[in-house]
Order: sequence, then structure tokens, then C-alpha cells
Amino acid sequence: MKFTEEHEWLRTEGDIVVVGITEHASTQLGDVVFVELPEEGTTVSKDDEIVVIESVKAASDILAPLDGEIIEINGALADEPSKVNEDPMGEAWFFKMKPADPSQVEEYMTEDEYNKLIS
Amino acid sequence: MAQGLTKTPLYELHRDLGAKMTEFAGYEMPVQYSLGILGEHQHTRTKSGLFDVSHMGQVILRGRSYQETALALERAIPMDALGLDVGRQRYGFLTTNNGGILDDLMFSNRGDHIFVVLNAACKDSDIVHLRTLLEPDISIEVIENRALIALQGPASEAVLSEFNSQIKAMNFMDVETLSIAGAECWVSRSGYTGEDGFEISIPASTAESVTKSILSKEEVELIGLGARDSLRLEAGLCLYGHDIDDATSPVEAALTWAIQKVRRTHGERAGGFMGSEIISQQIETGTDKKRVGFLPQTRAPMREGIEIFATEFSKKVIGKITSGGFSPSLGYPIAMGYIASEFANSEDELFGELRGKRVPVKVAKIPFVPLNFKR
Repeated sequence: MKFTEEHEWLRTEGDIVVVGITEHASTQLGDVVFVELPEEGTTVSKDDEIVVIESVKAASDILAPLDGEIIEINGALADEPSKVNEDPMGEAWFFKMKPADPSQVEEYMTEDEYNKLIS
Repeated sequence: MAQGLTKTPLYELHRDLGAKMTEFAGYEMPVQYSLGILGEHQHTRTKSGLFDVSHMGQVILRGRSYQETALALERAIPMDALGLDVGRQRYGFLTTNNGGILDDLMFSNRGDHIFVVLNAACKDSDIVHLRTLLEPDISIEVIENRALIALQGPASEAVLSEFNSQIKAMNFMDVETLSIAGAECWVSRSGYTGEDGFEISIPASTAESVTKSILSKEEVELIGLGARDSLRLEAGLCLYGHDIDDATSPVEAALTWAIQKVRRTHGERAGGFMGSEIISQQIETGTDKKRVGFLPQTRAPMREGIEIFATEFSKKVIGKITSGGFSPSLGYPIAMGYIASEFANSEDELFGELRGKRVPVKVAKIPFVPLNFKR
């Protein structure tokens, strides 16, 4: 698993990449009450603002970590946004994307590097 | 945390109990504790929440008599201060020459003086304003050596009456000086959540021990500014600097109820306050815009600054959200703000522009939850 400075995690499954936010990010956000996901089939560029997460406190954006196509979104988050607090690293993944250049994934941090960042 | 922030007498307690701190009006204040905003909100609605509001301004106004003090204060506020009974509190606001609101406040008749509670962000300028209008006839004493806490929620009466049984005899907006956990406290039965509750001014030297005693009761949890905001929004209560300011009049803000008849046109003491001509005129003829509630029709919260349009494609802005967020009690987003008066009773679907998209929203009645005051 790889981690971004924007507190996203990326898990490679074959030729697709699953993206969510870290436990640390979900704790910092507080109670999540709304998640707006991109549409399936959207082509995105790295650093596009593609997800909006609203906590009780405020709205935050999640950036596309890679260039590529959104092939699946986690529709369950629309009805149960609190899953982002309960299981951010598992059930509450945000979207799956097909990267245009899979080597972009390798530019991100390892778990150890990420843990150093947030410690 | 920025340097030079003021700490309240309960600062150490907040840190010890795991508060996440934030800057608010020059103070380092708790935004939430371990329960989190949703949990703290629900706790206050069902049991009893304790808030540190020591950042608010506490001021004593004192003339030669209550009557003199009240008549002087009536130059600054369009309320009936003279007719307020001993031991009673009233909501009010300082007005500007243009009929705007300089700050909103609570004032009470404490026998030989008036006790005023002001918003933290405005208190310094409010005090300058009051000195200009009231001195030298009225002395203005800024209370720096007392903390202020609020105990809010349905279990608050039972909790506080364990410390002093006279609590039970108080009604909404009553004020008393009572001994609580050994300290001389100025207690009012009021608050900012829509729940029954109390605001308690405590000598700073004993504030921590009194607060710890109250917190030791099982029903009581500390509540931060985050839940304070969602609670007051559900109750339809204005936040100064957001829902009201010096560019909004009390009539626009739907606060005309707080201007007693005696201060309105044809009243015994009509006018005589700043901006009285404009405000009195607006009470007669109405205003172009009005404060209302809004219910976003999707799950997406609409926050402060969102503009409102009559249709999905119309260009003319007809309203603006001034406070908005998720309602923990209702489980969906709520908001309030201003709308052109012709839409104030609209049952139609209007649209808010959210991140470049028009999202349906309806005008709604406020408060969003029933108010549980002890009348």
C-alpha cells in the first residue's frame, strides 16, 4: 500500500488502484456526514479535486492521486458517510481507478514513510 | 496555536480532558473533546452538556438607581430595560445609527445594577460604545475575574439542584445569586442550545473546582464550540458576525419580537435608541430581505456564503446562506440565511449554488427542533 501527503492510501489490485483516506485523516476530519464522489467513467488528472468530504465542521477536497479513469465508486458512502470514520482503510474506500501510467503509484510514500510524516 | 491567545480559567481542565483547541475571538478554546461533535451534540440534547463560555464579556452597569441605569441603557438598545423585573433577564442587541446590529447580548436586572453578557469577538468595541453612550452617569465595570460556564440539556436542572435546591424554583430567563459548590455564582436559566439550562458566572479562583464538581455528575459531559454551533443552529439562534452584523437590521433578521411595544412607534418610550427611525420605519413597512431557515433537498450541507437562486438557471441572486451545516438531531443538513422577502414564505424548490452546481433547497421554519425551555 502507498500513501500520499494528502492522506490518501492507494492499494494496487492487478491493473487497478483502489483509493481511500487514512485513519489519521478520518480522525482529523471528525464525524463525516457527506461524501460526494466523481462519476464512474470520468477521466481525471493528478491533483484534480474529485471528492468532497463534509464533516460536521467543514468541507474538504480529495485530489486525484494519479492520471487515469474512474472505473468504480463506492456508492455505499452516499447513504452511510459515517463508514469513513468507522473503517477508512477498508470498507470506506472511495473509488477505483485505472491509472494511465501505473508507475506514478511508485512515487508515493511507503507505510513507514507515511507514519513518520504524521507522527 | 498562534501566540498571544488568551486562556480562560478552565484552560488546564480542557487540556487535561483531551480537548482539541482552536483560536476563537483571540482565545484558545476547546472545539471538541473525545466524544466528538456529533456525540457532544446528542449528549446535550439528551442529558447535560457543560460549556466553557468564559471568553464572553461580562459587564456590570451601575447608575444611582436601577431606573437611571435602565433608561441610560435604553439609549443603546431598543429593548424595554426599565420594565424588566428584578431577577429577570432579557435578550437584546446594540444598534448602530444605520439601524444595523452592533452585537447581540443578554441583560438582567440584578436589583441595583444591570448585568450584561456580550459576544467575545465584539466585547472590546461594545464596551467602548457603551462608555461613549453611558458615561459618566453610569459606571461600566468589566468583570475580568469571573469564568462563565453553561450547563445545557434536559438533565441540567436535576444536576444543578443537587448543589442548590433553589435551582428548581427558577424559570426560563430568571437570574439569581446562588451558592454552588461553595462559590457565589450568578446563575441565569438560559442558554444558546434551545434546551433548558443555565449560565453560571463563577469567581475565577474557584471556577475549576466548581466545574469539576459539576462534571463529576454522571449525566454531565464537557462540550466544545463545534457542538455549540450545531446546537444553536438547530435552535434557529443567530451567531453574530454570520447571521447578524452591523449591515443587517433587527427587522431583516426576524428579531422584531425582541423589541418590546413600549419602544416601538406609539409606545410610551418609543425611539431614543441608535437607528430608531430606520428600525421603526422597517417595523411598519417591512424590509426587502428576511432571515429564514433553509432545508437543502440533498444530503450535501450548504454552508455560509452559498447563494440562492429562484430557478436552476436564473442569474439573479435572491438569497444567501449565513450559517449552515449538518443537523445531528435530524440527520440531514439545515441552514439559515437571508432571502428576498417575496420568497420568505415560498414553498417552491429554490436552488443553492454548491461548487458550481445548482442544488435544490427549500425555505423552512426555524427553529428546526422544538425548544425545551422551562416556562
